[in-house]
Amino acid sequence: MLFPACRLALHSVLGLNSSILRRSLISSSSTVYDVVISGGGMVGTAMACALGSHPYLCHKKILLLEAGQRKAYDYLPEQFSNRVSSITPGSATFLASFGIWDHMCSMRIKPYKRMQVWDACSDAIITFDKEGLEDIGYIIENDVITAALTKQLDTMSDRIDVLYRSRAINYTWPGPHPDGGESGWVQIQLADGQKLHTRLLIGADGQNSMVRSTAGMKTVQWNYNHVAVVATLQLSEPTDNNVAWQRFLPTGPIALLPLSDTCSSLVWSTSPEHAAELLEVDDETFVDAVNSAFWSSEHHSEFISSASSVLRSVLSLLMPSGTSARQLPPSVSGVGKKSRAAFPLGLGHATEYVRHRVALIGDAAHRVHPLAGQGVNLGLADVASLLSHLSSAAFDGRDLGSTRHLLAYETERQRQNLPIMAAIDLLKRLYNTKQPPIVLLRTLGLQATNAMTPLKEQIMAFASK
Amino acid sequence: MKKFQAWSAKWWDEEGVYSALHAMNDIRVPFVRDILMSKSDHHDVGCPLSGVKILDVGCGGGLLSEPLGRLGAAVTGIDPLEDNIRTAILHKSEDPVLDKLIQYKPCTLEEIVEQNIESFDAIVASEVVEHVNDLESFIQSSFQVLKPGGSLFITTINKTKISYILGIVLAEKIMSIVPEGTHDWDKFIPPEELERLLESNGFVVDTLRGMLYNPLMGSWSWFDDTSVNYAVHASKTVRQEQTSDIDFEKEQDSPKAAEAST
Repeated sequence: MLFPACRLALHSVLGLNSSILRRSLISSSSTVYDVVISGGGMVGTAMACALGSHPYLCHKKILLLEAGQRKAYDYLPEQFSNRVSSITPGSATFLASFGIWDHMCSMRIKPYKRMQVWDACSDAIITFDKEGLEDIGYIIENDVITAALTKQLDTMSDRIDVLYRSRAINYTWPGPHPDGGESGWVQIQLADGQKLHTRLLIGADGQNSMVRSTAGMKTVQWNYNHVAVVATLQLSEPTDNNVAWQRFLPTGPIALLPLSDTCSSLVWSTSPEHAAELLEVDDETFVDAVNSAFWSSEHHSEFISSASSVLRSVLSLLMPSGTSARQLPPSVSGVGKKSRAAFPLGLGHATEYVRHRVALIGDAAHRVHPLAGQGVNLGLADVASLLSHLSSAAFDGRDLGSTRHLLAYETERQRQNLPIMAAIDLLKRLYNTKQPPIVLLRTLGLQATNAMTPLKEQIMAFASK
Repeated sequence: MKKFQAWSAKWWDEEGVYSALHAMNDIRVPFVRDILMSKSDHHDVGCPLSGVKILDVGCGGGLLSEPLGRLGAAVTGIDPLEDNIRTAILHKSEDPVLDKLIQYKPCTLEEIVEQNIESFDAIVASEVVEHVNDLESFIQSSFQVLKPGGSLFITTINKTKISYILGIVLAEKIMSIVPEGTHDWDKFIPPEELERLLESNGFVVDTLRGMLYNPLMGSWSWFDDTSVNYAVHASKTVRQEQTSDIDFEKEQDSPKAAEAST
């Protein structure tokens, strides 16, 4: 944490120069790139850094296209940004393998050691932690992740070209085995008139991916008619603040994620009308609404409470050490200036992730509800999987755009993504109701799961990959 | 030889008549790469065959020449059929990197011997020797164009009952994995005979491995049994006076191989 501001300011000056240099380099040549990544968000930039770090790919020509400005800090802002991600230990290990993790640690990350999830209709509870209070995840601002990735990308300017403020307006796809006349590569036409050619195009251009739509790859998607309200919150008093809290309200889950001893980040999924109201009200009313969402017992039913307490006593007789103690979330005293914002939620899944010379990663391939904190982690797992298939393809002398190994990537990822997406969707639906039979079922189920340590360990191992 | 012309334009369809040859790259490219890498001190894993001169005999549409070129090798592909060479040239010339590294010529091995004495580090003859009329002269020509210590890689089909059933009856007639009439069983070579021919013509055989094709998965794997497909690596013996280059002789472990080299 020593003088991060200095370091960041220096590298942003350097970065500016090199991006100007790169622009002139590209326009002067008519080369065929090995890989072009469309979209320089968290997942796309991680893909560029991962490809640029692999020894098997060190002579490949790689380009990252990003529509926005170069995003790096001149100095670390004092106020936390309102958009945060939960990073699993598995993702952290992967990021560390090509030098990103150290950059993040030198900026700002918050490890958490416990997760407590409970039901507003019954207070049935499940907690996750690891023996010896190991970290079970990290809350990191998206801006910090992006700045760390950009910083690493700057060190690779000899290997990876980057075009900021570049917009693709059309892609032209080659046939599966072109004969003579037409080009066998993907052609990318940029808004400024440049035409680029690549052996492989990676679509990392988000949930409304243009790569996906112009390639004609179908998606299954629906909106939840839910909006996530985010904000940076101040706690009433400083605490260790190493627990991630989530309460399922009948209107949607509300989560309080630790940022520091005195600050936490809010992610509150609710109806669009309620969200609009939450953005509208004054700070004091907003803070009251948050506190009551975590503390109120207005949704309790006596029948379910008594059923649940019977089960609790039975379980504690059977497994005295199994159920862990309930903790209370910290109370909130204020909200960061201008930190309130809202964005719509939905689910989307591309039925195919790859075609000849195209592959999708991250939200372009799959979009999930934030309630399980899996979004970026699924994207980073795509990056890890595609990296391993592309690097071994390169070492075997294969054409990087060949469908053969791209399909292996697709199979591997869909096998992992689909069950996770289905589970998240199920949880979202299961908790989006006040119907007594369902509330009873989920209450008993959650309590039983909470008592079974081996099962919880399995869930954690699966979710922290 | 005429019979190949009909389908030479289909060389580059990965799912087409040559899908088994496309799939074979998954094991034959690493086979060539690993042996050639173990023979050199320079190890740039991003370009593992850079500086290596390879002759691809019977290159067809360039299915094996291109991956070897991508690994950095300077490849010369030869094939007696002009249509094959035209297909191969058209395909590689689209790729600016391969265009510089690969050259193709419509000719036989025997025709280029004189201008290329001791000029290649390696020869690959993959699924070729079972189509050759005079195998001994083929091996002698290979010996002449290889540098001392150079590598000869061969993949081919054994002459057994099971190779007849799998290679001709099943692959050509029933499953159509390869076009009918591709193979002539009389020209198939048992590994012992190939080994004998190689060693009596100045080569040392150091690797012989069986290969297995899974037609359902469309994939190849290494296999203990050589009774159908197999791969051979042989090194051209180093002349006696070059005592500094004795590395290859050290690698010989079979007494038979040592005998042949002396």
